[in-house]
Amino acid sequence: MLKGRHLVEPRDFSVAEIEELFKLAERIAAEPGKWKEACRGNVLATLFFEPSTRTRLSFEAAMLRLGGACLGFAEPGSSSASKGESLADTVRTVACYADAIAMRNPKEGAALLATRFSEVPVINAGDGGHHHPTQTLTDLMTIRALKGGYSGLTVGFCGDLKFGRTVHSLAKGLSRYSGNKIVFVSPEELRIPEYITRDALKKEGIEYREEERLEHVIGELDVLYMTRVQKERFFNEEDYVRLKDSYILDAEKMKLAKKDMIVLHPLPRVNEISMEVDSDPRAAYFKQAKYGMYVRMALLASILGVA
Amino acid sequence: MLSIDKIKNGLVIDHIKAGQGIRIFNWLGLGKAPYNVAFVVNATSEHLGRKDIIKIDNEISIDFAVLGLIDPNITVNVIENEKITEKIRLRLPERVEGVLKCRNPRCVTSTETYVPQVFHLVNENAGLYRCEYCDETRNAEDFR
Repeated sequence: MLKGRHLVEPRDFSVAEIEELFKLAERIAAEPGKWKEACRGNVLATLFFEPSTRTRLSFEAAMLRLGGACLGFAEPGSSSASKGESLADTVRTVACYADAIAMRNPKEGAALLATRFSEVPVINAGDGGHHHPTQTLTDLMTIRALKGGYSGLTVGFCGDLKFGRTVHSLAKGLSRYSGNKIVFVSPEELRIPEYITRDALKKEGIEYREEERLEHVIGELDVLYMTRVQKERFFNEEDYVRLKDSYILDAEKMKLAKKDMIVLHPLPRVNEISMEVDSDPRAAYFKQAKYGMYVRMALLASILGVA
Repeated sequence: MLSIDKIKNGLVIDHIKAGQGIRIFNWLGLGKAPYNVAFVVNATSEHLGRKDIIKIDNEISIDFAVLGLIDPNITVNVIENEKITEKIRLRLPERVEGVLKCRNPRCVTSTETYVPQVFHLVNENAGLYRCEYCDETRNAEDFR
């Protein structure tokens, strides 16, 4: 039962609970009309202490499509935090007005702190570079819907694997399911941190390896998760020039991929996926955004106890 | 040979790493204690070579979690009627509250300073603690 529960990090929910959530999200996606009054009378507070268009809109769209209402702020300047109010007081006050809180805050651990002062469920919508559990649920849900499950897959992560929290969370999320292989493709400077490989993957017995060039491995992947490599992350210009094209997905590289591989991206993308790939049926990143809304609808309906 | 009177009822904090005794002495505020306290530095030790010892002739309450964090190899002997009635071997505590401070500037505790800082032991051999909020690790050595 997820009623009244907080979601700070993906592991707050068991594998079985996540499975139930995805089944509910599928039911909602199949017949959204049936759910349009499910949260009538409920209010979601979206507290965004850091700008985020996509995640905030996804939460608000999810609540509105369930018949509920939203209130909140989209940047700290328009909240009482700018007057020096503590996070604890903000959360305690907002919990008097809303039935659930979705919060993004640049400070790591902010969502956990909020749970200690909130009488209503708190959903972490991103706490700095730390956790972003609804993105992980979105990614898993997309893989489940398009690949029929999330076991026995070869998943490639490409780009900035050092600073990408979505990569860290999804790699850890996948490690809970058996038989997956992971290939990390990144420049030396942006390699996946050891605490992911050593602490999460090795511990769970997940097979993984690290590569430098996408074109060398794309042919063996079932799922390709792209992220952006920023020039400023490289230590020297020479390496950047040598490797930059390897981390841009284009029609040429897609020719080397399996016919049923899917391409995911947490969005927003800049230039790491050429627009020519958008028309390829394997490009799933916009479907992913839609699954994100359905999984948030399922999450809200579950924690509010209306599912 | 240095001779110190036996204590009647109290504690003997033994096997303190040489040089660390003064920290414990100060932490317990023993400099102003209204009862007898013996502070021995650089005593000969079979196991440690040299060690510090603190003898307290009074029944005082000590936070063993903090003491374990300062030095997990310490032994505390509880004395009643001049006899050892209990030997407490310290170890690194599983949970530490309000003692270690997170150094991650991105951690929420750096700005929301009213919450007690909590750390959990993640690797006893390496003495590694994880911040409950941001997961940043700190070594128990940093506290010493």
